[in-house]
Amino acid sequence: MATLKSQIPTGSESFKHNREQHLQAMGLVRDASELALMGGGEGPRERHIARGKILPRERVARLIDPGSPFLEVGQFAAHSMYDGASPSAGIVTGVGRVNGIECMIVANDATVKGGTYYPLTVKKHLRAQEIAMENNLPCIYLVDSGGANLPQQDEVFPDRDHFGRIFFNQANMSARGIPQIAVVMGSCTAGGAYVPAMCDETIIVKEQGTIFLAGPPLVKAATGEVVSAEDLGGGDVHTRLSGVADHLARDDAHALALARQAVSNLNRRKPDQVKLQTPEDPLYDPEEILGVVPTDLKTPYDVREVIARVVDGSRFDEFKARYGTTLVTGFAHIHGMPVGIIANNGILFSEAALKGAHFVELCCQRKIPLVFLQNITGFMVGQKYEAGGIAKDGAKLVTAVACAKVPKITMLIGGSFGAGNYGMCGRAYSPRMLWTWPNSRISVMGGPQAAGVLATVRRDGIERKGGEWSTQDEAAFKQPIIDQFEEQGHPLYASARLWDDGIVDPRKTRDVLGLSLAATLNAPIEDTPFGVFRM
Amino acid sequence: MFRKILIANRGEIACRIAKSAKALGIKVVAVYSDADRDARHVQMADEAYRLGPPPVAESYLNVDALLKAAKHSGADAIHPGYGFLSENPEFVEAVEAAGLVFIGPPADAIRAMGLKDAAKALMEKSGVPVVPGYHGANQDAEFLKAESDKIGYPVLIKARAGGGGKGMRRVDAPADFVEALEGAQREGQSSFGDPRVLIEKYILSPRHIEVQVFCDGHGNAVHLFERDCSLQRRHQKVIEEAPAPGMTEEMRAAMGNAAVKAAQAVGYEGAGTVEFIVDGSDGLRADRFWFMEMNTRLQVEHPVTEAITGQDLVNWQFSVAAGGSLPKAQSDLSINGHSFEARIYAEDAEAGFLPATGTLKELKLPSRFARVDSGIRAGDTITPFYDPMIAKVITHGETREAALAKLALALEKSQAVGCTTNITFLHKLATHAGFMKGEMDTGLIDRELEKLTTAPTPTNHALALAALIELGFADAPAETASPWDTLTGWRQWSAAKQFAHLSWRGEPTEVSAGRHHDGSLTVSIEGTSFDLRILSNKGQHLRIDIDGTVITTDFFQSDTSLTLFMGENTWHFDLPDHLAEESHEGVSGNAISSPMPGQVRAVNCAAGDTVKEGETLIVTEAMKMEHSLTAPRDGIVAEVMAKAGDQVEEGAILLTLEEEDA
Repeated sequence: MATLKSQIPTGSESFKHNREQHLQAMGLVRDASELALMGGGEGPRERHIARGKILPRERVARLIDPGSPFLEVGQFAAHSMYDGASPSAGIVTGVGRVNGIECMIVANDATVKGGTYYPLTVKKHLRAQEIAMENNLPCIYLVDSGGANLPQQDEVFPDRDHFGRIFFNQANMSARGIPQIAVVMGSCTAGGAYVPAMCDETIIVKEQGTIFLAGPPLVKAATGEVVSAEDLGGGDVHTRLSGVADHLARDDAHALALARQAVSNLNRRKPDQVKLQTPEDPLYDPEEILGVVPTDLKTPYDVREVIARVVDGSRFDEFKARYGTTLVTGFAHIHGMPVGIIANNGILFSEAALKGAHFVELCCQRKIPLVFLQNITGFMVGQKYEAGGIAKDGAKLVTAVACAKVPKITMLIGGSFGAGNYGMCGRAYSPRMLWTWPNSRISVMGGPQAAGVLATVRRDGIERKGGEWSTQDEAAFKQPIIDQFEEQGHPLYASARLWDDGIVDPRKTRDVLGLSLAATLNAPIEDTPFGVFRM
Repeated sequence: MFRKILIANRGEIACRIAKSAKALGIKVVAVYSDADRDARHVQMADEAYRLGPPPVAESYLNVDALLKAAKHSGADAIHPGYGFLSENPEFVEAVEAAGLVFIGPPADAIRAMGLKDAAKALMEKSGVPVVPGYHGANQDAEFLKAESDKIGYPVLIKARAGGGGKGMRRVDAPADFVEALEGAQREGQSSFGDPRVLIEKYILSPRHIEVQVFCDGHGNAVHLFERDCSLQRRHQKVIEEAPAPGMTEEMRAAMGNAAVKAAQAVGYEGAGTVEFIVDGSDGLRADRFWFMEMNTRLQVEHPVTEAITGQDLVNWQFSVAAGGSLPKAQSDLSINGHSFEARIYAEDAEAGFLPATGTLKELKLPSRFARVDSGIRAGDTITPFYDPMIAKVITHGETREAALAKLALALEKSQAVGCTTNITFLHKLATHAGFMKGEMDTGLIDRELEKLTTAPTPTNHALALAALIELGFADAPAETASPWDTLTGWRQWSAAKQFAHLSWRGEPTEVSAGRHHDGSLTVSIEGTSFDLRILSNKGQHLRIDIDGTVITTDFFQSDTSLTLFMGENTWHFDLPDHLAEESHEGVSGNAISSPMPGQVRAVNCAAGDTVKEGETLIVTEAMKMEHSLTAPRDGIVAEVMAKAGDQVEEGAILLTLEEEDA
């Protein structure tokens, strides 16, 4: 295979400057991460522990194999939303290994508003299930939640992708042979009661976990019956009388051990469907990514500098290197797994779009997973290009990407603007996972461009009426638009809304891609029937 | 020379004999009890015969079965090894009556040396020095004092029927004699109903030095120099060496001559050892050694003699037994360098050297710079039926210092998991300052017992390594390993903490570890943090850089435990097993189970009996110790599943109580 050669001196001023800028952007994300990891904060955490319960992230750590990575999904969900009331949206989700099997873990955080479901909690829970469904990952639910957040009920209950969808997914995953296991470690009230009830196998912690359709207050109101929570729906009742749960655990640690035991009896084997190689570190230190990539999206650089710091041995067999050069395509291995890489190296022209579509077809034919390194301001515009059919060539790329059934992983490493987002497998194109760098920006177009468009429309209106618009006024008009795009395009804004699965330390790109790819390979790679390519 | 021999033994000595036999082209017949069906000595043999069930009386002491096996296999000769039937004259006669050769001394020689008092008298008559003393019937105080004066002080007055130190008095000066005698007589009367005493010279700094002798049937006899076996505990040799430190040529010649004389006095043939007690209080002197007894067999510690003389003593045994002459004359024998032997036993030094049993999940013995004689392999079980020796580690060097340094290193590299061993104790002994200088006597181990048997608590470095191993950081990845295997402890933004729960002797410790983006780690133990980096992890070996210091450990891990081997220290940690606790809890309240494999001695209750908490219900015997199994609570006996004489496995349920009323 061909080995990439870096052209960037690591001692240069620009290298140092880039690195500083990246570290600054990463600092914001790290602060947000620390906030998220604190869950509901000191008080609720202490109360949680005082009840003999283990904190949700430690529950996850004890559930997964010793030393297993945990690929957390949606850590920044609800960041700065709901007045900061719901760090990580009150639920910890991610992929971890249990008894050697990659599993999707969904753990309520009772220290965050009693683990109740905000709209983004629902969205995150459903996203976790979607990942499990697409990638054939057993689901383990560590349940400790008061159910729907009542003040937000209109945003969590009625619609298709609201609370009820959780149970719909459980039933359908179970039907497809994707195991559903619940560990009831706290409340499981009303609709929440269906999480354990819909599971294949359920564990409940005695004198701690409860499952009931209506809690003692509602029972009293409805029928006048006075009953304790434990007698109404405690572990003893459900494992001895009702059969709603299968195993009674002494405490959290025991319950998690029982969940591990349940997974050990799943009789699952990962399909062997790609040719693996011995993993190898890149020749160039991934640490250098921070120096070789400018944070200013307007500054061009060669994306091969990133690829050289991501793939095994920095080896990259480029495809159509001399054609459509603003898109880089080629084959490589990440952590020993074969991948086809599609990476932006400038604006998309017709040739680049055609090349991309060709390469997607190759990978689907050969069942090679695709990795998109997305940094795109858009397709080329202008009379010449419209006349050249850039719309239909762009459509070919979008068709190919949309239909591709091989695992697709998208890493947003710079700009994600307009139709470029579609061609490069944005969220709407269902990549199995989508990750983003702290320096990335996402919006329908760039802030200054949007301000320019709106300013042109406004100037036309003013001038049609014979008015005059000073440049100062125009600048004052444009600034709020630019600010709004900057705020809404920021990865923390995006990740808070789950437009992606999380923000990644650029130095860990290779690891995140590797863990994601390995997880996706739990599902058989299907054949791809493509739609009609407009010729 | 023999064509085929039967080895009437087991364990390391059976393997040792087989090795020499095979090298000479002699076919080897092994024998085994049911407990040894897959043992190494059986595997090494050309053919093997079952003797019977595990108890020695029915197997390795079963003369009929042995002779049957010998006859059936067509063996020419029987080698008895040591122990078992090796010093049994009736066995020798039975072997010879069956038309086979016994590879060992004549029955009469064994008999003559077997009766200790008669042997001493015979030796005295033959001019071999014996410990001065008076063992006669005259109990007159004046007479006894005169005898003591003749012996020279200090002397020891012992009750004839005595034991355990009762009725024993040391007398340092003639003036104290009468009072001490009266005391000893009084104690003898009250403890044993017999006031009679005997008097012996009290040896101030006693050393155990023995001489290897060899005689053939043609009147030739040589000695192969001495061995010093002064490191003993309750008359069990622990570390042996040759030659004896401080030995002079004059004394060596005197002891050698005395030993040869002793052997010839009983018409000895083959390999034998004459044991002497030596007064080392004033250095080794040719007039201060006295005969104690003669062992009429090949000794456990014979390899140290082999190491310094370059001879194979088992080959010598074959030659002599086959009617040949001694392979070497005295003048052809010389001492080359120095040698040590340490005996690795399955025993708990800290718990008073209680014998241990168990399956050796791991056993590594360092054959690279030591000779290792062992009949045990990884996976074998130490049962309560036989001597719990695991291996002998023998080193050789040009000087005593060199050989001892090798011994210490060999012990440091010896690793066993699954059964408590004395390896750490042996290492402490091998590095004991006094012993290193050659200053030792038979009381050294008892005097220094606490220092030699106290295990150090795990260091923070050890805890850090143990935690890393428990958390999977030491797992060597497969060739096409997934990042899910290799990115141990990986998290996205934080070095998210993972917790290892280790318990050392019931004391739990929580250790946290977090991985940074560059793969380095921070480990915290009760408020102390270390920054470290894993340098290499190959199989069961981990090397890390911890705050700038490189440390390494070998380890062995199972689902429920982890053993670290760090330098001379071995630490065994229990890992939490939440599921196991449950099944244990389910049984313990209502049942009594056997704590170790053993035999039921007595059952003190029957079904339906009402019993009180703490009451002894069943007595088992294992490893020559009795264990009382008591009622875990008040209750009624539901069922008794064992009767006296039953052989029971570890964990076997012997008795159940009726369910308590809810």
